[in-house]
Amino acid sequence: MKTEHHYVHTIGSIEDLIERDIQREKDGFPRKIRIGKLIRPVRSGKEKVVVVPTTVEEKLYHDSMTPPRDQAEGSGGSGGSGEGEEGDIIGEEPLHGTESGGRGGPGQGDEAEHEAKTTLYDLGRILTEKFHLPNLKEKGKKRSLKRFTYDLTDRHRGFGQVLDKKATLRRIIETNITLDRLDDPTAVDPASLLVSPRDCVYRILSKEQDYESQALVFFIRDYSGSMLGIPTEVVVAQHVMIYSWLLYQYERQVETRFILHDTVAREVPDFHTYYSLSIAGGTKIESAYRMVNEIVEAGNLARDYNIYVFHGTDGDDWDSTGEHTVPEIRKILAYCGRIGITIIDPASGGGTPTTLERYLGAVVQEQPDKLKVDVIGEDAQEARLMAGMKKLIS
Amino acid sequence: MELISQHTKRIMEGCKERARDAGLRFQTETLEYIVTNRDLLELGPKNMIPTLYDYWVHDVEVMKEKGKYELYPQNPYETVINTRPAISFYNDNNPDWLNVMIFYHVLAHIDFFQNNLYYRHTWYEDFAGQALSDKRAIAMLRSEKGRWVDYVIEFARGIDNLVDYYGLLSETDGSEGTDASKKLDYYFDVFLQSVKKAGLTEYLKELDRYNETISQYGTIAESVFFSSVAAKYPEFEAFFVKHRNTKERQAPRDIIGFLEAHSPLLQKDENRWMITVMEIVRKTSLYFQPQIRTKIMNEGWASYWHDRLFLKDDRIKGNEVTYACVNAKVTSLPRVGLNPYALGMRLFAYIEETAAKGRFSYDFQRLTGRKERDDFDRKTDAGIGALFKVREDLNDFLFINTFIDQDFLDLHKIFVAGKRPNVQKGVWEYYIKSRKATDYREMLLDSLYHPPCVTISDEKSKDGVLYLDHRFEQKPLVQEFISNTLMGVEYLWGGQVKLETTELVPGSTTGEDSVGHGTGQGEDGSETRYGTRRVVYTMDKRKLAKTFL
Repeated sequence: MKTEHHYVHTIGSIEDLIERDIQREKDGFPRKIRIGKLIRPVRSGKEKVVVVPTTVEEKLYHDSMTPPRDQAEGSGGSGGSGEGEEGDIIGEEPLHGTESGGRGGPGQGDEAEHEAKTTLYDLGRILTEKFHLPNLKEKGKKRSLKRFTYDLTDRHRGFGQVLDKKATLRRIIETNITLDRLDDPTAVDPASLLVSPRDCVYRILSKEQDYESQALVFFIRDYSGSMLGIPTEVVVAQHVMIYSWLLYQYERQVETRFILHDTVAREVPDFHTYYSLSIAGGTKIESAYRMVNEIVEAGNLARDYNIYVFHGTDGDDWDSTGEHTVPEIRKILAYCGRIGITIIDPASGGGTPTTLERYLGAVVQEQPDKLKVDVIGEDAQEARLMAGMKKLIS
Repeated sequence: MELISQHTKRIMEGCKERARDAGLRFQTETLEYIVTNRDLLELGPKNMIPTLYDYWVHDVEVMKEKGKYELYPQNPYETVINTRPAISFYNDNNPDWLNVMIFYHVLAHIDFFQNNLYYRHTWYEDFAGQALSDKRAIAMLRSEKGRWVDYVIEFARGIDNLVDYYGLLSETDGSEGTDASKKLDYYFDVFLQSVKKAGLTEYLKELDRYNETISQYGTIAESVFFSSVAAKYPEFEAFFVKHRNTKERQAPRDIIGFLEAHSPLLQKDENRWMITVMEIVRKTSLYFQPQIRTKIMNEGWASYWHDRLFLKDDRIKGNEVTYACVNAKVTSLPRVGLNPYALGMRLFAYIEETAAKGRFSYDFQRLTGRKERDDFDRKTDAGIGALFKVREDLNDFLFINTFIDQDFLDLHKIFVAGKRPNVQKGVWEYYIKSRKATDYREMLLDSLYHPPCVTISDEKSKDGVLYLDHRFEQKPLVQEFISNTLMGVEYLWGGQVKLETTELVPGSTTGEDSVGHGTGQGEDGSETRYGTRRVVYTMDKRKLAKTFL
């Protein structure tokens, strides 16, 4: 019996999977592996993200009756039980992911952040390998200095250096609930709680790597009313990819700033807030670019960093001639490595160019290497997003 | 993966005795294994059958599940698979009292598998063993043909939801279907009507004669009756044998079966191995069909019995409160959402009560007064019997369609919940959409498994083209899946494949009939009507084209 040694049928890793997918293409069948993210929304903290491969087994299935874009009435609904009259509102949920409280101010654990970055880094690696994205040629000044810092971040139960009061208290409560000693959660008498030595959680010394930043990336997202729904999803999906890819390219030495804008721009502290925050009013693109300039000038950042700006919008702008926006863009072009603009156009291909496209044309011709514009339809699939991404970053 | 300890097994055997006494019926031998979380994650994509054939999509699923587990670590208490002997998996060592409850739950599942008629084609098979031999066959082929085995699995799986499950069921007539009663069916349904073209009076006369024979001769009535038939129509026996043979020789009516029998590509000697693979995929799919169609019933039945049996069991002593918590987590009705355990359990309890009060009767149904209806109670002992009958004869569709009524909704305060965006507030609003039984039933029925009906059109399949016809049931097909599915069929057929289906088109009624609920709100709030239109997809040399009819 002849055996093919190179042939793997049990897949051990994502790499095997991608190899198989490339082989599919050589055999004349479309690829099937997609890289998905699983996100667990957490009410009070940052979401946890895990990168997993996914695939769909295509079959002839019934489509749900809801026509595109119609998530309003008409969709069948689900079950429910309890009191209330017909028509009563029984609950609410943010339109866009979990917005609530996900601001991540000081004092919130950095571990979650670190974890998210790790998995996004993996995504970047996979994207680069799978889609043969270009590696960055110019990495600027090579300062890949690794620093070690020591911090009290590891947790240890029973003994240690500093008592983590919050974690300890949580364990004590858990233990007492298990022992049925907490009858009324609203009136806990701390003196009556049993404390087991194992309940004490301490922080202990740990060694952490620290990197010098090399790249500074601005992500700008238009969250005006017209972006509601699919356009936002497309922009966010692409920005996740770009972010991941840059994390990989710069071996995590990327500093990022996130800006949302409608008529005014606002900076948000992290990627998760950036992609989960929901919709507001009209559109003034200049506001966002002005903010980028302000940030760069204030920190004198142009000297030390490779700066990238990525912007996702539907191309609609109240500044119809670009008289305010274009000067801001020119200012950025003077110091940045790349501005990549994604325009989500529902009528892409056939329709008239959007406001932004119109007044940007001249600037693109002046600096074709630095300013890239990609117009995609709102039904864009992963492959299309990938192609767009190549265009924006190559 | 290891068997449960002797101590725990003894608990299981105790549960079996009590469950039997309560009326559940199941095979005596069962196997129970303790598995780790990792085992469970790896078994998931294989429908919990450890011996199922290997396939890369399963591996992808495993990786995904592991990722999901990082975010949402949670484990099921148990999983049962429908094999002979029945095998169940348990997550780690539970305390004894909890095991009692879980075992009752498991035994009810086994009872359901082994008595519900929709499972009858699985009753006499050890599927785990069968799957193992299939897995070996595929592994062997893979060592010869490499990745092409996986392509064949992929393409066959692309159409494995279109298997002719009901056709198979009607062939498997179950234990009651003796040769004689098939003969009887043939005599009255086919022979008299189609062959002899007997008139109504003659037909009724024969029916009368048969009924008389029964009352006179009892169990041997059939043979007596047919000896008289033989005297009257000597040719009957020959007709019956011929009829039976043609019926049995019919190839399966699903697409995989058709391809196996008629695809020019598969007939070639070098490709015949593909049929083996396809048949494994087809059989596996058929095996799981009843499980998808009895989710609410099966879970409801198990939850109903674990509750009923455990509350009467002396081993609950001292753990009543903890049990109440555990049970509530499994079987409470959510404020929004559908819990098959909760719904099924309540519906079974409702059926038992309704039957016991004698309300499945005309006397009750004709009552209109609220008070009269509430007070109606004939105090019969038909409750438990009705319960077992329902468990034997129904699937989810019939279960819901027959028994969900306004009284049931009102009793448990159940409603249809809707979800709509409120852009001003930037939130989704959940609201009570309807408390009407008809709406609730419709919502439930819509959520049930219902694969599209796609058949092969004999007259339109010409000149080497395979023509598939989708019967439109008010729902179009998922468009983006059509291409790859048809590409698979083209590969297995070895030539052009066409698929005729119906699509929604925006605008007024373009097609023959407009779809009632196919309206949607545009962004500006205006209503868009959707009409329907027949289209034909053609897959030729891995390129898809679409034409309107």
